[in-house]
Amino acid sequence: MKAEEMLNLAEKARQDLDHFQHHIHVCTESGCQSSQSQAVLASLTAEVNRRGWQDRVWVKGVGCMGLCCEGPLVKCDDRLYQRVRPQDAADLVASLEAEPVERLHCDTEQPFFTRQKLVVRENAGKIDPESLLDCLAHGAYQGLLRVLTEMTPAAVIQEITASGLRGRGGAGFPTGLKWSTVAKAGGAAKYVICNGDEGDPGAFMDRSVMEGDPHRVLEGMAIAAYAVGADHGVIYVRAEYPLAVKRLNKAINQARRHELLGLNIFGTHFQFNVELRLGAGAFVCGEETALIASVEGRRGLPRPRPPYPANEGLYGAPTLINNVETFANVPAIIQRGAAWFAGIGTAKSKGTKVFALTGRVRNTGLIEVPMGMSLREIIYDLAGGIPEGKAFKAVQTGGPSGGCIPAEHLDIPVDYESLTRLGSIMGSGGMIVMDETSNMVDVARFFMEFCMTESCGKCVPCRVGTWQLHGILDRISRGQGKSGDLNQLQELCAMVKQTSLCGLGQSAPNPVLSTLRYFEKEYRALLEKAPAAGAAPANSAKTVALEVAP
Amino acid sequence: MLRNHPILAPPTDDKRWKIVETVMRRNNFQPQALIESLHSVQQTFGFLDLAAMRWVAATLRVPLAKVYGVATFYHFFTLRPPGRHTCVVCLGTACYIKGSQRLLAAVAERYHIQEGQTTTDGELSLLTARCIGACGLAPTAVVDGQVLGQRTPTELTAAVGAVLEGRAAP
Repeated sequence: MKAEEMLNLAEKARQDLDHFQHHIHVCTESGCQSSQSQAVLASLTAEVNRRGWQDRVWVKGVGCMGLCCEGPLVKCDDRLYQRVRPQDAADLVASLEAEPVERLHCDTEQPFFTRQKLVVRENAGKIDPESLLDCLAHGAYQGLLRVLTEMTPAAVIQEITASGLRGRGGAGFPTGLKWSTVAKAGGAAKYVICNGDEGDPGAFMDRSVMEGDPHRVLEGMAIAAYAVGADHGVIYVRAEYPLAVKRLNKAINQARRHELLGLNIFGTHFQFNVELRLGAGAFVCGEETALIASVEGRRGLPRPRPPYPANEGLYGAPTLINNVETFANVPAIIQRGAAWFAGIGTAKSKGTKVFALTGRVRNTGLIEVPMGMSLREIIYDLAGGIPEGKAFKAVQTGGPSGGCIPAEHLDIPVDYESLTRLGSIMGSGGMIVMDETSNMVDVARFFMEFCMTESCGKCVPCRVGTWQLHGILDRISRGQGKSGDLNQLQELCAMVKQTSLCGLGQSAPNPVLSTLRYFEKEYRALLEKAPAAGAAPANSAKTVALEVAP
Repeated sequence: MLRNHPILAPPTDDKRWKIVETVMRRNNFQPQALIESLHSVQQTFGFLDLAAMRWVAATLRVPLAKVYGVATFYHFFTLRPPGRHTCVVCLGTACYIKGSQRLLAAVAERYHIQEGQTTTDGELSLLTARCIGACGLAPTAVVDGQVLGQRTPTELTAAVGAVLEGRAAP
């Protein structure tokens, strides 16, 4: 499609939008769909048709509006309604030209909504992710147009570097630096891979971005491809996200049909194709070299780096791998400028971060906040605190690679460095709040069981170490711990952390180390209960040697 | 380029093998299409049996050992036929904190099966998931493809009972 054609289409779509007096938005992402939002959407459409209002009221399915626990959410013009049932349709449609429906009212003035800063999710809840026209009307592909017509690849990289964007997959590697490394790498073929293998249990930010604004991800990938000189892209998505897969496939087909992907995009010499590849349920495939192996149709085994994928990646060619949320930030940076983006957040962590807020808090769902907001503000103001009068105990960030942060550190700003200092990591953005009913040894055991089963088995420290760690944690939580167990845990953690091949093993001890650091009392309490406490020698090396995994 | 070798006959004359063949053809019968092809087999037939793996191996010219390696490495693939109905309990962190173990135990007790097993009459499989990404609705379970959020153990067993009787999950 030529540039003018797209701008005309976008303009026409905008006029079509303005033509309607009222807009009803129904969340149709996985969360609300499981609360029957499709039936609500159908019933609202039927009600509008019954009244003969189809020329005045536009009913559409949109992406996530954030407050998943109160779903299905429906927005009628400026009013937000929660827990809507199909039978509420008549009242809601009538309320468009009358008083609001009080019984379904959702307060949008609460901090959960007002303290957020939307960049990645700016269009979520506004656009129909399955309609290219609607996406165009809200500015999709304008960043790509600007890049292809006004900027050199070097200027794009310069802009991303200046914005201070860092990888949103967990480690926080500077995105501009990664792009320039791939751009400098030699070779005719280069690849861009979008890592949508969101394996952290308790995290669903990337799912939401892929389901709610798939064209944004494609646009970010295309901009990256132009910057690094790639012409082929791969989106790797978990098979456990069927709706994300469906919508991405649809978006890819739409973009191809309208020549937003393919040859001579916007009449330039730039060409870019994207294919979608399914994961098959392996946490380790979030690691970039394992992901590449999986895209190549093999078992997802990581390999030592260097060479880094930026030099030798998919099929041996230079490959840029970024996370979904990283790519979704790119169009906004291009459209509004690096300075604008760098003005959000802290000195070293720029922009916003999307968090999946879950566990023992009143409001569970998705939030996007500027980097540097304190954990206390997120948990007590946005999430509404702990329900049922229970006391806060810990917040877990970073999934199985992260750690548990106790109450005394709630005032730290959320950024990459602060979380690392506390023994946790930013991770992809899962934030799980635990109250006094959670036992931290059990939590550590839970994560270690996860890492143990997800260990790919390639390197010994991770394969055997996680098995050993789990065994010790399991016996402590069953009240059968031995007196040397805590020392042995520390030693094993250090060994697994320092000697494992990839990020999975290197970070697997984090949940144990952080709970040992902040909640040693709970370990000790369980050890005191153990019948054999004090009897066993505080011996570590021998026991490790004897208890080797089968 | 299409690889120059004859397409091998599928294991049976079931027409559905065409679906799998189309996926392999679209990928030019390249070995890197292995995972896609296995997905297609599982989506079509519900599981991967040895005959299917042999056929995919031969068609993509990948050693059977490698196909078996891939099929058993990834949790999503199953080598056993699932029951007519499935109940998947999510054991992600958010669900775990909110008591998904109790959901799992309730279904296991009610139908006398363990996690990963199918009832002897082949009606119900009880499975677990790492995380289905509906953490805002924890604890969750997926019954016959439908996500059920914020359910108590009693409500979940009632939902499973309903689909077993041919009704929709409440």
